[in-house]
Amino acid sequence: MRLNQPSRLSLHYSLILLAGLFWIWFSAVPQGTTTGGKIPAPQTGFLAPDFSLNTLQGERITLSDLRGKVVLLNIWASWCPPCRAEMPTMQKVWEEYRAQGVMVLAVNSTVQDTLTDTQNFVNDYGLTFPIPLDVSGEVTRLYQVSSLPTSFFIGADGVIREVVIGGPMSEALLRSRIEELLKEAR
Amino acid sequence: MLPILQIGPLALQTPGLMYLLGLWFGLSLAEKFAPKRSISADALYNLVFTGLIAGILGARLGYVIQYPNAFLSSPFSLVSLNPGLLDPFSGFAAALIAALVYGARQKLKIWNTLDALTPFFAVFMIGAALANAASGAAFGMETSLPWGIELWGAKRHPTQFYELGGAIAILLWLGRLSKRTDLSTGRLFLTFLALTAGARLFFEAFRGDSTLILGGIRAAQVVAWLVLAGVLWGLARINGAPK
Repeated sequence: MRLNQPSRLSLHYSLILLAGLFWIWFSAVPQGTTTGGKIPAPQTGFLAPDFSLNTLQGERITLSDLRGKVVLLNIWASWCPPCRAEMPTMQKVWEEYRAQGVMVLAVNSTVQDTLTDTQNFVNDYGLTFPIPLDVSGEVTRLYQVSSLPTSFFIGADGVIREVVIGGPMSEALLRSRIEELLKEAR
Repeated sequence: MLPILQIGPLALQTPGLMYLLGLWFGLSLAEKFAPKRSISADALYNLVFTGLIAGILGARLGYVIQYPNAFLSSPFSLVSLNPGLLDPFSGFAAALIAALVYGARQKLKIWNTLDALTPFFAVFMIGAALANAASGAAFGMETSLPWGIELWGAKRHPTQFYELGGAIAILLWLGRLSKRTDLSTGRLFLTFLALTAGARLFFEAFRGDSTLILGGIRAAQVVAWLVLAGVLWGLARINGAPK
């Protein structure tokens, strides 16, 4: 039996759709196998790579110890204009949200800065959040930072929710992202 | 992966640049072939420009509505250049409404306009694939295949390049199709939609960032299949219609 043109076309389209359904079934994977936050990598959906650094204030800080808190990890240098521009906003947001379990970690890429400039900058701007010092450049490399500032919004589960390359970040951006992460953590 | 293109003191965000290039080349190509679809190049340019402006404003407004408190304490953020303060869904809706209103006022025929815009959409998809390749987003599942690329701590399917290849192939296919003189109105656009939905359905299987539903089925594949089904129904209808 020969099919006319419209029937042949309908048959072709039906076969395409059936093949599509088979492909959906065939390419299904167990829950949790896509991203899932198991592998540490500096990308949205992955576990934030862990590090330990000494801070400007003289303490040792380890990222994984902050699990359970919403973390804004910002990598910066004192000579970088957008980094300087966003620091007062970060200070404001930190003061407002720290009691709700938010941590701001402003890792100074000391490998491309000087300790004196960093200290002067922190004093001038009255920054009170921890400033870990990346003296060897380990964290700058680990987070594949190609431009300063680069910020990582990390959920309470330690998984990166968003990467913001460049700056300055506006206050509304910081507030909305932090509130979203706090809502998620509750 | 090249998220930043450093030219002297200038640090350009490569993904954004790829989207802009996609818009520019896409619009240029669409303008060139618009008269063939009985639409003037100027009308097409104005339509896209109106949609873009409305899309940006709508995306910001949509974001403000979702997070009013964030803007109450910092009203200057309303005019911030941060692309993170845009809501894509609101932007798309606003662009669509503005384009429909503009098209109706200019009495543009909807299927002719969509056919004329098809080269723009097809080139934009190439720009989007290049943007993902630059940022490392839309990454693949882990693989041991020899063409796997090292990305985010594992050897992965180069899904960004699969999608780039798919988008280029779709553009070339549409280029051939558009040369036909017996083409029904709307077929070019529907073919673009069918091919794009088919490509998403196929390539999504290799993605490592899929949202999973119902025991591990990839949500994007289900959406793509539904779009494909609707478009094939539309194609079957116009194929039966007089040319």
